[in-house]
Amino acid sequence: MNIKEGHRYRILWWVLVCITASGSNIWAAASWVGNDKPYRSIQAAVHASLRGDTVYITKGFYKEGNIIIDKPIAVIGIGKPVLDGELKHEILSVKADSVYIKGLQLQNCGRAVMNDQAAVKVYDSKNVVVEGNTLLDNFFGIYLQYSKHCIIKNNFVKATQEKEYQSGNGIHCWKSDSLQIIGNRILGHRDGIYFEFVTESVIWRNIAKNNLRYGLHFMFSHKNAYFTNYFKNNGAGVAVMFTKKVVMMNNTFEENWGDAAYGVLFKELSDCYLSGNKFYRNTTGIFFDGSSRITAERNLFAANGWGMRLQASCMDIVIAQNNFTGNTFDVATNGTLTLNKFYENYWDKYEGYDIDKDKVGDVPYHPLSLFSMIVEKNPPAMLLYRSFMVTLLDKSEKVLPSLTSDEFVDKKPSMIPYTL
Amino acid sequence: MIRILKYVAIDILKNKIVIAYTIMLALFSWSAFSLEDNSSKGLLTVLNIVLLTVPLVSVLFSTIYVYNSNEFIELLVSHPVKRSMIWKALFIGLSLSLVTAYVIGVGIPLLIFADWATGLIMILSGALLSVIFVAIAFLSCIVTRDKAKGIGVSIMLWLYFALLFDGLVLFLFFQFADYPIEKVVVFLSALSPIDLCRILILLRLDVSAMMGYTGAIFKNFFGNNIGLVFSFSLLALWIIVPFFFSLRKFKKKDL
Repeated sequence: MNIKEGHRYRILWWVLVCITASGSNIWAAASWVGNDKPYRSIQAAVHASLRGDTVYITKGFYKEGNIIIDKPIAVIGIGKPVLDGELKHEILSVKADSVYIKGLQLQNCGRAVMNDQAAVKVYDSKNVVVEGNTLLDNFFGIYLQYSKHCIIKNNFVKATQEKEYQSGNGIHCWKSDSLQIIGNRILGHRDGIYFEFVTESVIWRNIAKNNLRYGLHFMFSHKNAYFTNYFKNNGAGVAVMFTKKVVMMNNTFEENWGDAAYGVLFKELSDCYLSGNKFYRNTTGIFFDGSSRITAERNLFAANGWGMRLQASCMDIVIAQNNFTGNTFDVATNGTLTLNKFYENYWDKYEGYDIDKDKVGDVPYHPLSLFSMIVEKNPPAMLLYRSFMVTLLDKSEKVLPSLTSDEFVDKKPSMIPYTL
Repeated sequence: MIRILKYVAIDILKNKIVIAYTIMLALFSWSAFSLEDNSSKGLLTVLNIVLLTVPLVSVLFSTIYVYNSNEFIELLVSHPVKRSMIWKALFIGLSLSLVTAYVIGVGIPLLIFADWATGLIMILSGALLSVIFVAIAFLSCIVTRDKAKGIGVSIMLWLYFALLFDGLVLFLFFQFADYPIEKVVVFLSALSPIDLCRILILLRLDVSAMMGYTGAIFKNFFGNNIGLVFSFSLLALWIIVPFFFSLRKFKKKDL
């Protein structure tokens, strides 16, 4: 009896499914665009398709100006079709939820400062996926505004403008939430990745190289996580500002050279966590300004000019178990106030001893050198570095600290570098 | 000239001091590289050898040697050889032996342990410093006949270039902190061969820091190829000018 009743329910269920399916458009249609295909123009194909349809664009060169996608469809390129904006138009405007864009080459979008034209611009939409596209010489690359739950994945974004004002950002997100920015490569734009008011997003495995201004630049973008990204040789490094609760792990910041270039500039950040990051050959590894409640542990600072600059305006910053090797100056500051903590770091300049063999140095280490203070006040003095006079000054200051802050101290310096 | 050069070279070899100097340099630099856990720290030790020891030994040894060869010089002058030949042969003999000592003692470990470009710049600047301080020694020898005075002048000059000059520049920095003195400083640094060499090496060792604020100015000036040529020609000038003055004086000197 029981079994029979179950069977009956199953049949009823299938009937229901069939009715709903024939009523709505659950078997999506595909429209093909190309020279010898039903549709010659992408816009026409998009126009004709219904929600859930797929528009396949075959290999070719399309100059259609602005294409507006205003229904939840997939736009998929076969053989990397080229969509050209002729330096006048925004190429793809996404104005619907659940749009999927894949495999296109988008190039030469319009340059307009008034409305910030982009190769792909997403307006007020949810669940949009932009994946595996090539974007060349655009003003803005991928631009999201008021968008949620979007995925920007494996895109190659490159621009060749020479001046900052001629160029937009590679991936630009504004007032958005729950984004995933994964595996993109951004080269030669103004900022590689730019966030303003973007929250609870993840930024993972991106490469930002040779951008004119910043590799990564965000403001007011709380609760985001940055994993395994690579930032190299950007005009001014990475600058992040006015944000709370940021997590940065296993990122690499490399060769950001120049007076105002930083591996990372932390301005007015709080409640952040940094771990496993590598700062390699930057003029300044990390610059903390007006920041508070930040923990940096198990990071590597190697071959930087200044490993870390910790301004006196910071408080409750914990620097623990990091490796400082081969930096010209490990740490520098601009004042005497120290409300931050250093402990158990490995400093290759440490000259103390370890009698009880617990791998912790028995003498505290003062990472601040007198000469770093002199250079902070008088930058040209850098020219005298490594001269006998300066070495003498530094040594005497190490023996009898009088000018450098006494609280700038690692009381438990590690004798051996951490394996990171 | 070649024959005089040969006599001078054999005499210096017999002296054994240069051989001891070679061994000392080699010991210092090998131990510097093998005792430190990374080569960049070893480089700093070698840098100090290049900037302090090499000039000191060059200037002292040459001064004393020239004073001691006084009788030899007098003997040669009585022969039909040009005076300038004698002086040049002496200079070249001394420079060659000191440069060889430096290249064998410091150059080989540098090439093995340091990266290629940095090693080469250090070898080149150390060799040039050796020759420069030989030239300075020749000048101080010719200025006074009194041996003690001559050696005193040499030591004072070394002290000035190696230690006091930096102190003076640092003092200037503090006095004129409010003024844009970067360019003046670049000019000033050309006034001391040791400083010039130090900056050339610094631009390799601390490249990240030198790319900072003023770094750009220095890097633009010293770092590119034209700057490099310029700095090395300045160093060459530091050899030519003191030696030229000493030669002029030697030609007219009443021995």
